[in-house]
Amino acid sequence: MKRRSLLATAGAALAAAPLARALADTVVGVTATEIKIGNIMPYSGPASAYGAIGHGHVAFFKRLNEQGGVGGRKVNFITLDDGYSPPKTVEQARRLVEQEQVAFLFNPLGTPNNSAIQKYMNQKKVPHIFLSTGADKWGDPEHFPWTMGWQPSYRTEAQIYAKYIMKNKPAAKVVVLYQNDDFGKDYLIGLKDGFGKDYAKYVLKEFSFEVTDATIDSQAVSMQATGADTIVTAATPKFAAQMIRKVADMNWKPLHFLTNVSASVGAVITPAGPEKAVGIITSAYAKDPTDPTWDKDAGMIEWRAFMKKYLPDADLTDGGYVFSYGVCTTLLQVLKQCGTDFSRENIIKQAASLKNLVVPTLLPGVIVSTSATNFHPIRQMQLSKWSGKTWELFGDIIEGTGA
Amino acid sequence: MDGLLHQLISGIASGGIYASVALALVMIYQATHHVNFAQGEMAMFSTYIALTLIQAGVPYWAAFCITVPISFAMGAVIQRVLMEPLAKAPILASVGVFIGLLLMFNSVAGWIFTYTLKPFPTPFGEGKPLFGGFISRHELGSTAITLVVLLSIWAFFRFTRLGLAMRAAAFNPVSSRLVGVPVNKMLALGWGLAASIGAIAGMMVAPVIFLDPNMMAGVLLYAFAGALLGGITNPLGAVIGGFIVGIIENLGGAYVVGTELKLTTALFIIVVVLTVKPAGLFGKTVVSRV
Repeated sequence: MKRRSLLATAGAALAAAPLARALADTVVGVTATEIKIGNIMPYSGPASAYGAIGHGHVAFFKRLNEQGGVGGRKVNFITLDDGYSPPKTVEQARRLVEQEQVAFLFNPLGTPNNSAIQKYMNQKKVPHIFLSTGADKWGDPEHFPWTMGWQPSYRTEAQIYAKYIMKNKPAAKVVVLYQNDDFGKDYLIGLKDGFGKDYAKYVLKEFSFEVTDATIDSQAVSMQATGADTIVTAATPKFAAQMIRKVADMNWKPLHFLTNVSASVGAVITPAGPEKAVGIITSAYAKDPTDPTWDKDAGMIEWRAFMKKYLPDADLTDGGYVFSYGVCTTLLQVLKQCGTDFSRENIIKQAASLKNLVVPTLLPGVIVSTSATNFHPIRQMQLSKWSGKTWELFGDIIEGTGA
Repeated sequence: MDGLLHQLISGIASGGIYASVALALVMIYQATHHVNFAQGEMAMFSTYIALTLIQAGVPYWAAFCITVPISFAMGAVIQRVLMEPLAKAPILASVGVFIGLLLMFNSVAGWIFTYTLKPFPTPFGEGKPLFGGFISRHELGSTAITLVVLLSIWAFFRFTRLGLAMRAAAFNPVSSRLVGVPVNKMLALGWGLAASIGAIAGMMVAPVIFLDPNMMAGVLLYAFAGALLGGITNPLGAVIGGFIVGIIENLGGAYVVGTELKLTTALFIIVVVLTVKPAGLFGKTVVSRV
């Protein structure tokens, strides 16, 4: 027994001397020259437009390796396709963890997809970090200490809307339209956090709809009948576009807050009619690559130079690449903080020890911070209003209320 | 009171959507005695064809008139190539093909036209909503079109020899063949007509709910419910069924059970109706001698 542990120590010392200290910890997917990182993206299927994020990651690590890597090691980035189908995500996660033996999973995309692998990743104690989804449940270190989100959660977004309403329209009568699933319900929870004990005073009524419904017209009619003057819409693009049009057709002019999931100009505002959406408020945490405000911004100049060199044919209006650059920059900071200890325990520990990190593609004032109890890296956003042609940022950076 | 009227009219408008798709389901059932699960996806695909034509500069009604025969050909070809070899296969084989078609049309549409939501133009003018904002011009126009289609189908089956032959071919292929009805041609014709009606339905639905490859998923469910409620053997019944489902869904959701149980209520009523009157409210009970 004694000899075996001695042998193990000697072996580890031989493989990578600096790792000896972390003997009790699990070091997988890391050699003296390489760190193996796994990722899962929908390169095919209904969400294949998000594949741009994966291409951005590949380019980012290519640049990192050309610049010498991190912690004396090159990154071996393995990204697989799940076609946005959760059973396939499980298969690919198993392949990455068991066959490829990656150190950790970085930024797999999709709420149902990550839900499907969250338990597995936590059982295996493999870091499952900086996910591409806005669900709130990724920040639950008590039950899932190996999983961490990245972008502001839907719940945080709703808290911010509530905060804004309480400050700027204290007499508001609010109605909520929400999709009857995890996504929509996160907004209800966020509004409850935000309004606190005054929830019943502000919110007249909540209206749900199912994704299988053909239209939300009936809900819109009922909402207007309540006499409300403020709407919060937590709906995916098709229903958001219907809502914008129906509200305009009914000649109703409420203050309208729209989830940033459905803030896409091409997929929502244009189909609904840009003139019908004037005055709608949404929120943002990253810089919009089409916004001329950032033409001379140092962070975006850095991003554009990177894109020009490593992804010369990519569509620069695609926010997916901006997202990728931001989340990769965050990961790079974690890997730097790891020093030479790339055990799984230390990776998740460092991911949970980010202090006021400034990321070049995030809005000025939005910082990335985590702690052992805060697994929500980004919790600040700025509101933005549809002018008829573009989204225009206004007001200060607002921080969510919850942890 | 105003709210109730508004809900009622909004229910009629959604009902119109379900009714138009229900008609296509009745058509295929009358012609083949099958329910084609891919009907909605075929309609969606036809709508994309129309949109492509319109974007290429073809005027709306011309695009409409080109899309309908293209869809007819698409339906007839599917019958000839895929369904005919299965004519003697068990019903489950056909169901398998229908589901396969559904997935195929959905993915191919996504692949060619992308999954991004697209607006589809209306021929009835954008303009201000009519009757004090209760109903849009498009909703009124598309309901009128649904009624025209309904009338044509009814007249076709009721008054033409071809309609009679088609009904015969679906109802009893062996006897029909014996009396000289070209059964295979009739089936292809039925598929073609169903696809054409679907195309019209798609073009009427898309301006309301926006066009994307999954446009018909929810609609087909309600249309199916409407068709069963009214009676899948009766075009008029299916249309009325579609409207009833739309109205029940809206009024029930707004005043009785809340939005969460909207669909459940509609389906519950259908189950009750079918238990009491299995052929649907207006359907004829068909007795066949074995």
